[in-house]
Amino acid sequence: MRRLSFPLGGIHPVERKEATRHKASTNAMIPPRCIVPLHQHIGAPAEAVVQKGDTVGEGMLIGRAQGMVSANVHSPVPGTVSEITSIYLPNGTRTDAIVIELEGEFKRLGKEPSRRDWSGLDGKAILGLIRKHGIVGMGGATFPTHVKFSLPKGKRCEYLIMNGTECEPYLSADHRLMVERPDQVLEGLRIVEHLLGPDHVVIGIEVNKPDALSAMQRAVKAAGLSYRVAPLKIKYPQGDEKQLIKAICGREVPSGGLPLDIGCMVSNAGSLHAIYEAVVFDKPLIDRLVTVGGGAIARPANLKVRIGTPIGELIDECGGFTRIPAKIVAGGPMMGQTIYDLDTPVTKGTSGILALTEREVRPALRTACIQCGRCVDACPIGLQPTRLFKLIDHFEQEQAVAEGLMDCRECGCCGYICPARIPLVQGMRVGKRMARQKKVSA
Amino acid sequence: MKHGDQEQTRPTVQVASSPQYHDRYSTARIMWTVSACLLPAVVWGVYVFGLRALWVVLASIAAAVLSEYLVGFPFKRFTLADGSAVLTGLLIGMNMPPAVPVYVPVIASVFAIVVVKWTFGGLGSNWMNPALAGRVFVFFSWTGHMTNWTMPRTLPVPDGFASATYLGVVKTGVTESAGATGGPLALLRDAGFPNSRMDVAVTDWLNSAILQPLGIDLPYGYVDPFVGNIPGSIGEISALLLMLGAVVLFAKKIITWEVPATYFLSFSLLTWVFGGTIHGQGAFSGDVLFHVLSGGFMLAVFFMATDMVTSPVTRRGLLIYGAGVGFLTFLIRTFGSFPEGASLAIILMNVFVPLINRLTKPVRFGVPRREEARL
Repeated sequence: MRRLSFPLGGIHPVERKEATRHKASTNAMIPPRCIVPLHQHIGAPAEAVVQKGDTVGEGMLIGRAQGMVSANVHSPVPGTVSEITSIYLPNGTRTDAIVIELEGEFKRLGKEPSRRDWSGLDGKAILGLIRKHGIVGMGGATFPTHVKFSLPKGKRCEYLIMNGTECEPYLSADHRLMVERPDQVLEGLRIVEHLLGPDHVVIGIEVNKPDALSAMQRAVKAAGLSYRVAPLKIKYPQGDEKQLIKAICGREVPSGGLPLDIGCMVSNAGSLHAIYEAVVFDKPLIDRLVTVGGGAIARPANLKVRIGTPIGELIDECGGFTRIPAKIVAGGPMMGQTIYDLDTPVTKGTSGILALTEREVRPALRTACIQCGRCVDACPIGLQPTRLFKLIDHFEQEQAVAEGLMDCRECGCCGYICPARIPLVQGMRVGKRMARQKKVSA
Repeated sequence: MKHGDQEQTRPTVQVASSPQYHDRYSTARIMWTVSACLLPAVVWGVYVFGLRALWVVLASIAAAVLSEYLVGFPFKRFTLADGSAVLTGLLIGMNMPPAVPVYVPVIASVFAIVVVKWTFGGLGSNWMNPALAGRVFVFFSWTGHMTNWTMPRTLPVPDGFASATYLGVVKTGVTESAGATGGPLALLRDAGFPNSRMDVAVTDWLNSAILQPLGIDLPYGYVDPFVGNIPGSIGEISALLLMLGAVVLFAKKIITWEVPATYFLSFSLLTWVFGGTIHGQGAFSGDVLFHVLSGGFMLAVFFMATDMVTSPVTRRGLLIYGAGVGFLTFLIRTFGSFPEGASLAIILMNVFVPLINRLTKPVRFGVPRREEARL
């Protein structure tokens, strides 16, 4: 079958998915203490609706969404709120977090929940459920899903695309989800189809997951649906929204625009599964699949983890460190963030916990740019990272913006490939921030 | 407590911006790999020209390394580990005639590192290939030394034969003769240029085994430059060993196909079409094989023109750049007053690199073409 792909740029980073791709997911142990940040999504932080000393039940609302773009936060475990404290998230922002000591009885765990028939629900009701249960984009962007799926007037969704690419190296959480629960993921997709009414529904999966491809194909066939399952070439960043749309529909999201501008909507497998659970079983987003891996982990695994579990617990559960890791990463190695505190909790956007060895990181002497042009070649949106970096370095953000800085997806292709080890992506982030600040103050 | 104390008691992890891991290539690894790929050709040069050639190469490397160290010293910038100084020195040594007085390559290296490279900011900032600039600088300063060639020990030298390169003999022949000269190889024959026994044997074998059934008759004199049995600069004579090094660079993706391909194509096409005219022959009669195998072409096409720092960053830009170098090399070799054209051609094209970069900006995702043109 023809393998689709995006034409411009892209790289082939070392994948190292072998360690976990064939390992069935298991439930992680319930942690005795959960640290639940109130700001796990893009937008305004949720506001705490519990106080120190309160007793909370499993799945109870503990943080209420504030403003337009925000998401509810629920208690992942039953217990007592021992404190509300301020913590650092992996991305360096500070947020309040509710600490819950495990106590009491599980409402859901181990019980057969009752199904809701959603076919009679209208869009508003479905969006309400998604909003109520705190669903956000689980591929890492963590954009509140109910906002994303609220079609503005005059916009129509022609293509609904399920993102099953999981192009980040090391990670296999979405892979396992599609292999183990294809029907549930598919039902999530059907709910969104019901909500948005697209002309076409396409499931995009990279060909390095043949079992996921066939599982989804079988599920689509068994349900008698006309969804297209599209095999995609292995190439990073195939799973980036813009690249995925280009590969599947041949359309380009305009610079500075949104997928909806060209009639497309993308949702990843993990998010669809969360939507399924929220709509069908009234289950809030309180757990997710996380790949725990990397060369310094004794027994890499895919774990179903309660949000708020300290990552140290997960690493212990996977046999601990076999050696001192060079980096501990939340997310994948291309776009993930480093962690320096093992009490950092798993959030809604944490797709992986990786402990990378020095050999895996492959550090090297940083030198001046040697103009090799590899970053220009690799950039999937046609920027010249080395030039932008220099412009930003010389405080010429206006020129950098004129040359497309704001289009940068921070996918990491340039930084991965750079032989001089120039922190290009970091430079882009700094540049964007400077440009935004300038805009605000001007 | 001092910062260092804590590190000893507790293991630390790095905190860094994404991406969290990297490609296996680093600047140093690229530079050292290129140097390693040049070594077979250097070893061959030392073998055929004697130990004298080794001193020349070592002196240029030492001078380059010392200059790099001394220039960086006041600024506490020690950049020897990136391997670029060694590579520059090595290339300069390879571009020297074997009998050159040692001070010539030393001055070339100092000029390359101090003036060409560091006055513009060191590695990556120089707009001109330092090794070639160094070579051209001493070529014009000590033209006599720089054109004093030695016959390789593997070639039988007839009595009274004044040593000159293939290209030198041809240039002299064309300049001195008024009319038809019968092509480069005929000029070499007329000048009494010897062929090695190996050349004769291999050519005979090739002709009888492969080429004659195809209706081709290969004259003597192509196998010697292919293997490296010709006078010339220390590292440029063996096309075979240079190609061997280039194969490794291609396999490791350190050099890409664009520059070598377009350089090769434009040079050989132009030579084929117009190269014969200076020998009193018509168009489409140029001796491409001769020109590709002689002089510094092989070194230039795989190791000099592909220098990352002084070539464009875009793929389309590399195509234009390679074609331009090929055109200029042809122009200087065929119609210029020097026998050799590759180094000057590359330096001249270096000047155009910023312009080429500007004209070949990559197509941006999600930006209509018309809008892009305005930027």
